[in-house]
Amino acid sequence: MNHEEIQFSKEELARYNRHIIIKEFGLESQKKLKAARVLVIGSGGLGSPVLLYLAAAGVGTIGIVDFDVVDDSNLQRQVLFGVNEVGKSKAEAAKQRLQSLNPYIDIHVHKVQFTSKNALDLIKDYDVVADGTDNFPTRYLVNDACVLMGKPNVYASIFQFEGQVSVFNYTNNKGEVGPNYRDLYATPPPPGLVPSCAEGGVLGVLPGIIGSLQALEVIKVITGVGEILSGRFFIFDALNFEARTFNLKRNPSNPLNGTNPTIKELIDYEQFCGMKAVERPVKEISVRELQDWQVRGEDFQFIDVREQHEYDIVNLGAELIPLGVVAQHADKIDRKKKVIIHCKTGNRSAKAIRELEDKFGFKNLYNLKAGIFGYIDEVNPKLQKY
Amino acid sequence: MATVIIPTPLRKFTNNKVRLTVQAKTVSDMIQKLTSEFPDLKKHLLDANGSVPSFINIFVNDDDIRNLQREQTVVMENATVSIVPAIAGGAPQ
Repeated sequence: MNHEEIQFSKEELARYNRHIIIKEFGLESQKKLKAARVLVIGSGGLGSPVLLYLAAAGVGTIGIVDFDVVDDSNLQRQVLFGVNEVGKSKAEAAKQRLQSLNPYIDIHVHKVQFTSKNALDLIKDYDVVADGTDNFPTRYLVNDACVLMGKPNVYASIFQFEGQVSVFNYTNNKGEVGPNYRDLYATPPPPGLVPSCAEGGVLGVLPGIIGSLQALEVIKVITGVGEILSGRFFIFDALNFEARTFNLKRNPSNPLNGTNPTIKELIDYEQFCGMKAVERPVKEISVRELQDWQVRGEDFQFIDVREQHEYDIVNLGAELIPLGVVAQHADKIDRKKKVIIHCKTGNRSAKAIRELEDKFGFKNLYNLKAGIFGYIDEVNPKLQKY
Repeated sequence: MATVIIPTPLRKFTNNKVRLTVQAKTVSDMIQKLTSEFPDLKKHLLDANGSVPSFINIFVNDDDIRNLQREQTVVMENATVSIVPAIAGGAPQ
């Protein structure tokens, strides 16, 4: 809808008064917000502040893509949800919360996984996309879908104490299209090189800060107010309280919209990110077998490759050698007797075993299937999960 | 001396040091000095061809070295070099 046709009720005018009285913003920008349609992909850590601020600000149509349900461990940062929503659909719970925050806007729920099959269809009815997803395949998918559909992609990403923000594929008033994610990072890191948030953790307030900046850029893209973060790349380090903004340029070899484009439709992003490579299996032992060995007094070395702070929360009395330094401490690992290696759920310990086998030729290493969490579930539920 | 800022995911390879000062003429020279001091950084900063992998960006002051002279970009005295890897987090499960 053309924003000039937008009308406001008396209640809406009262509600948006603090926007309208800003000279640079005014009623015109408020009308643009109401006319705008924004698709927010992911309603978690980043999506929570983005959705709350866009709804509060009066973005007229907001779409939410999320197939996940609210979990206890989400509440530390996903401020859209409370204990009453645990177990419920995130997208539905978000809609309910946002609608009570602002009844004058429309919220569309898309309770699906965002995939190559539905991406273009989901994006086509929206003007702006805000990417609050949590993994590389979906990041590239959102980026490519936005470039193919000519939609601006307001990007934010976080890891532990660090956040990144940029506006990709933004067409300025001269008709020039700005850089996109593939100009910044042509390819993703190989799986396992950068730990996921589930493994690496994230400080709860960080997505609040970075997601708020993302909401800010969505509002600027819609209204055209201020200087949009296109062709620039912002990073924030919460630990040292340092922010930097770098310049970004389009890369002529970008396969989407460089000088010789090769990607003309969405691809298989799991494959692109190397997720489908079959990893060599390692020898495994179940938590029950571990318990049997312990009861029988079997002679084995027991190693935990998690981090110290995880070990401090709960441990099984194994020697601690974190995954990142396991190769440096290979001399501490017995070559004769059996060695059981464990982590939280079994992924990191499998990586440790592959690294030790590849670099040092170990043949006596066993992965504890399902890790300490499996042990807690099946053997000792009194231990603390985290 | 140039200052190199190490990002969170790589700090475990630099004894948790955030800022390192390095005497180097070029980015390539800088990477060599960094990786000889901290060998575990190597697989993150160099690919099999000895180039900076495409999921790592290196900025000298405000600019991406890919828009300058890539690994041969000159590192001026007092320059700030930022290493910025791709991160994907947002709504962790």
